[in-house]
Amino acid sequence: MEKTMEREEIIETIKGFLVEEFEVEEDLIEPKANLKETLDLDSLDYVDLVVIIESNFGFKVTAEDFTEIHTFEDFYNFVNNRLNG
Amino acid sequence: MTRVVITGIGIHSCLGTDVNEVTESLRAGKSGIVYDQERKDFGFRSALTGSVPMPDLKGKLGRRERIGLSEEAIYAYVATLQALEQAKMDEDFIAQNEVGILYGNDSSAKAVMEAIDLIREKKDTTLLGSGSIFQSMNCTVSMNLSTIFKLKGINFTISAACASGSHAIGLGYHMIRSGMQEQIICGGAQEVNMYAFGSFDGLGAFSVREDEPTKASRPFDKDRDGLIPSGGAATVILESYESAVKRGAPILGEIVGYGFSSNGEHISNPNLDGQVRALNMALKQQNTPIEDIKYINAHATSTGIGDKFEAQALHEVFQSTRPYVSSTKSMTGHECWMAGASEIVYSLLMMHNDFIAPNINFANPDDDSAKLNIATKTIEQKFDCFLSNSFGFGGTNSSLIIKKYKP
Repeated sequence: MEKTMEREEIIETIKGFLVEEFEVEEDLIEPKANLKETLDLDSLDYVDLVVIIESNFGFKVTAEDFTEIHTFEDFYNFVNNRLNG
Repeated sequence: MTRVVITGIGIHSCLGTDVNEVTESLRAGKSGIVYDQERKDFGFRSALTGSVPMPDLKGKLGRRERIGLSEEAIYAYVATLQALEQAKMDEDFIAQNEVGILYGNDSSAKAVMEAIDLIREKKDTTLLGSGSIFQSMNCTVSMNLSTIFKLKGINFTISAACASGSHAIGLGYHMIRSGMQEQIICGGAQEVNMYAFGSFDGLGAFSVREDEPTKASRPFDKDRDGLIPSGGAATVILESYESAVKRGAPILGEIVGYGFSSNGEHISNPNLDGQVRALNMALKQQNTPIEDIKYINAHATSTGIGDKFEAQALHEVFQSTRPYVSSTKSMTGHECWMAGASEIVYSLLMMHNDFIAPNINFANPDDDSAKLNIATKTIEQKFDCFLSNSFGFGGTNSSLIIKKYKP
């Protein structure tokens, strides 16, 4: 079930799981930075992103959704639109 | 034919998490068996199990490397790290040589169960995550370790029930002996969880001496009532003699015999003929004189029928020399897929520290075990050659002979 969250809480949640689960340094998570390059994502990592988004926000992301997400800001906006749009 | 030597060993078991701790446990005759209430609550007939600590690899391995590791692959990773360090085999050497891996494993039940439970709950396979498949396959150990250590040689898993680890070493020996490979990481791994052992428990094969966990595993004893499951991982680095000398690696022993056979009969009951044929094949391979073998690490698991046939087989082949016999399963329980490799490690530790570990809990012989020279207490004695037996469901048998290296 989709959760109710304010934008700031969404950003903190995303940063939290990226630091904890994807082991990226928090300093590297800048709104304009490229998500794929910063996290060094391969095809298997996207599978894990789907899982972690579902468990944190209660909705399922598709492969098509990821084609629109380039930066961290895109990522925050995408989740915010799904939950609050 | 190339001589095949052992240049590194690693161990993670209920007797300890490195060779020093395990050596102390072996010498002291310390049991690693405990009572686990969770198993009883789950529906097990026996709540007895080996107690094996779970290593925490966070911070030691990256996320991608960690998430594919099953329970038994984690054990195998830490055991292999120890073995590679002892063998002085570093990243540069592995990058420049075709180092292989042949590892024994025959289940990854916990990973499979957790995945299926999650699919049932979510009704969506894409919510499993990417690590599940690499944890769930039988080859989880060889698949993950070959990736983590960036191995370029032979790479597969040997599944042969409770002889898996022993056959892995035997096959590695032949690959090097024939000149096909120069260095192979061999070993055996065994998960220690309820899912892995539920069906085995259901056969009624486990000891129910639950009020005395450390006394429950009693191989060859007249009053034995079954085995106790355990696990972990053991790694043995095999290498050609020429490669070991060239690298200046320590030589811990030389493999001089690998005998194998299939009983061709019952799926779970052993027989005499199959075990005797494996023993004789191992002895004949490099014409090892029977009197050279001073210690036998028996497969004996503490079941009535299994110990009986092994005692008969050992008596038939070794009655003229009567070497010391002990089953380290009296301390460890049955480490199943791992046992054939861990018992090589245990025996090597004894050989290098001049003692024979006791077959603890051996109070009274039966008609067959009375004919063996069973080490009931720690024997402080130098020895230069031992044999290790491993047998498994389906009637698969493996016997390995290892000598102290002599130039």
